[in-house]
Amino acid sequence: MSGQIAFILRRVALTLPTLFVMSLVVFLIIRLVPGDPVRTMLGFRATDANVAELRQQLGLDQSLFTQYVVWIGNLLHGDLGKDIVSHAPLSELLAQRLPVTFELTGLSMLLAVAFGVPLGVWAASGGKWVNRLTEGFVIFGIAIPDFWLGIMLVLVFTGILAVLPPTGYTPFLKNPLGNLRYMVLPVSTLAVGEAAYILRTTRGAVKAVLGRPFVTFLRAKGLSPRRILFGHVLRNAGPSIVTVIGIQVGVLLGGAIIVESLFALPGVGRLIVTGINQRNYPTVQVGVLAIATIFIVVSLITDLIVGWLDPRVADGAGT
Amino acid sequence: MSVLSFTSVSVRFGGNTPAVNGVSLEVKPGEIFGIVGESGSGKSTLANAVMGLLPGTAQVAGSIAVNGREVLGLDEPSLRQIRGAEVAMIFQDASASLDPTWSVGDQIAETIRAHGPVRSAEAKARAIALMEEVGIPDAPRRYSDVPHRFSGGMRQRIVIAAAVANNPKLLIADEPTTALDVTLQAQVLALIDRLRRSHGTTVLLITHDLGVVAQVCDRVGVMYGGKLLEVASASDLFARPSHPYTRALLAANPAGAPRGSRLPVIPSEWSVESLPAAEASNG
Repeated sequence: MSGQIAFILRRVALTLPTLFVMSLVVFLIIRLVPGDPVRTMLGFRATDANVAELRQQLGLDQSLFTQYVVWIGNLLHGDLGKDIVSHAPLSELLAQRLPVTFELTGLSMLLAVAFGVPLGVWAASGGKWVNRLTEGFVIFGIAIPDFWLGIMLVLVFTGILAVLPPTGYTPFLKNPLGNLRYMVLPVSTLAVGEAAYILRTTRGAVKAVLGRPFVTFLRAKGLSPRRILFGHVLRNAGPSIVTVIGIQVGVLLGGAIIVESLFALPGVGRLIVTGINQRNYPTVQVGVLAIATIFIVVSLITDLIVGWLDPRVADGAGT
Repeated sequence: MSVLSFTSVSVRFGGNTPAVNGVSLEVKPGEIFGIVGESGSGKSTLANAVMGLLPGTAQVAGSIAVNGREVLGLDEPSLRQIRGAEVAMIFQDASASLDPTWSVGDQIAETIRAHGPVRSAEAKARAIALMEEVGIPDAPRRYSDVPHRFSGGMRQRIVIAAAVANNPKLLIADEPTTALDVTLQAQVLALIDRLRRSHGTTVLLITHDLGVVAQVCDRVGVMYGGKLLEVASASDLFARPSHPYTRALLAANPAGAPRGSRLPVIPSEWSVESLPAAEASNG
C-alpha cells in the first residue's frame, strides 16, 4: 500500500516541471508570432504616443524576463489576468468557456470509447469479415481530417437533410435538448477518428493477450471463453487501451480548437484562436496553459489507472 | 479400466506429415507415465489433444478415452467440464502460465469455483490449504500477492496447486521442469510424486529430459517423428532398450560418456517410416 502512495506522489511531483516548461513555451511562442497587440488594438491611425502609452499600461515595454516573472507571480497568487481586448477577467472567461470544451471532448471520448473498445474486442476475437469491416473503418477514421469530416457532416445533415443546426450553442443547463442538438455534429466529427484509434489499439492489445500462454492455462482450468475474455484478457489489455485513451485526450483537445471554430462553439479552443488573431497575449497564454493542465491531469489519472490495473507497474517491476 | 487410453491417434496440421502418427497407449491408474522425445516428436501435440487444446486447424483421428469416456469430438462445453476437473494440465513456463494481474490465491480459487457452486470464502480457504500443501510458506498472507512477487519455483508450485485444485484423476504435465534450475526441478518433481501418492492422481509427464524420467516415472514411452516407438518400465528402458532409436538416444546422454570423447549423436537423416512402432498391446 505504501508502494502505491509513493508511486502516486512520485507521479504528481513529476508534473510540476512539465507545467513550468509548458508555461515558458506558451509565453515565448505567442511572442514569436509576427504582429503587435497594441497596433492591432488601436488600428492604423493610432499615434506613436498612444501606442507607447498603451504598451506601458499593459506592461509590454518591460523585458521578456520581467514580463514572464510578473505573469507567473500573478498566476501563483491565483490572478489569471485580464483579456486585453475585452478587459474581462480571464478567470471569468475560462469559467464560461471550459464547460463547453469539457462537454465537447468528454462526449466525443465517451462515444469513441463506447464504439472503439467493444468493436476492438470483437475484431480481436472474431472472424475474417469482422476484421475486414473494422479495418476499413480504422483506415477511414484515421485518414479523414477533422475539418473535412466536419464540413461534410454539415453538408449532409444541415444542407441536404436539414435535421441539425450547422453552428451555434446553447448551455446544457438552460436547454438540455437544444444543447445536445448543437453538440451532435461537432461531437461526431471528433469521435470518428478517436474511435478508430481506440478500436485499433484495443484489437491489437486483446489479440496480443489472447496469444499469451496464461490464456492456454486458463482454458486448461476449464474456464469459459467469456470468463477468460472479460475476467483476464481485458484486464491485461487494459493498460495499453487506457494509455492510448489518455494520449488521445490530448489529440482531442487539439482537435477541439478546430472543431469549435468550425461549429462556432464558445469553448476555450475558439477563445485561443480569437486571441491569436488579436495578439491577445494573456488570453492565449492562459487558454493554452489551461488546456495543457487538463492534459497533464488526464495523463496523471491514466498512469494511476494503469498502475492499478497492472500491479507490476506500481511495483516498478519489469513486464 | 485405464485412466487414459489412446487408440490409433493421429494428428495432422494441414500438411501431409502427421504430427502424431497412429499412437496407441494405455496409462494405468496411479502411475507416472513419462513420454520422452526430442523437440517436434509430437509429444506435446499428443498431450494437448487429450484436453482439446489443439488449434482449430488440427485434424485428430482415432480415439482418446479418459476414464472410459471418449473425448475426441466432444463440444466445448463438455470439454470444459473435463478440463480442470477430471483432467488437469500444467505447462513449461510457470511465470507465463499465471495471469500477472491476478493474485495467485484468486487464480487457484478460480479453478475451484469454475467447477461447481462454491462460496468465495470456502474457495479461498481451500486455495490457502492447497498453497500450504504445495509448500508455499505463510500461505494465508501470501494469498493476495501477485505472481511477480514469487520466485520461479514458487510460481510453478502455485500453477500445480491451481491445476489440481479439483482433485483431478489425471494430471498432464508438459515439460513442467524445463524452465527451472536443477534444484527446483527436483523439488517440483518430488511435489508431483507426493501429490500422486496422497491423492492417487495419475500423471502423464511429457519431457525431453531422461534424468527426469529416471527420477520419477514408472513407465516410459519413447516418441520420435510422431510415432510411439517403445514402451517400457523406466528401469527396463535404461537397462535393456529394445528399439534402435532408444539405444541411440540413451547413448547420446553425456552423463555416461568418457571425458574428452566425442558424444554419439542421432543421425538427422533417420526416416520415421523405416522405424518400427510399438505394439498396441503394451498396456
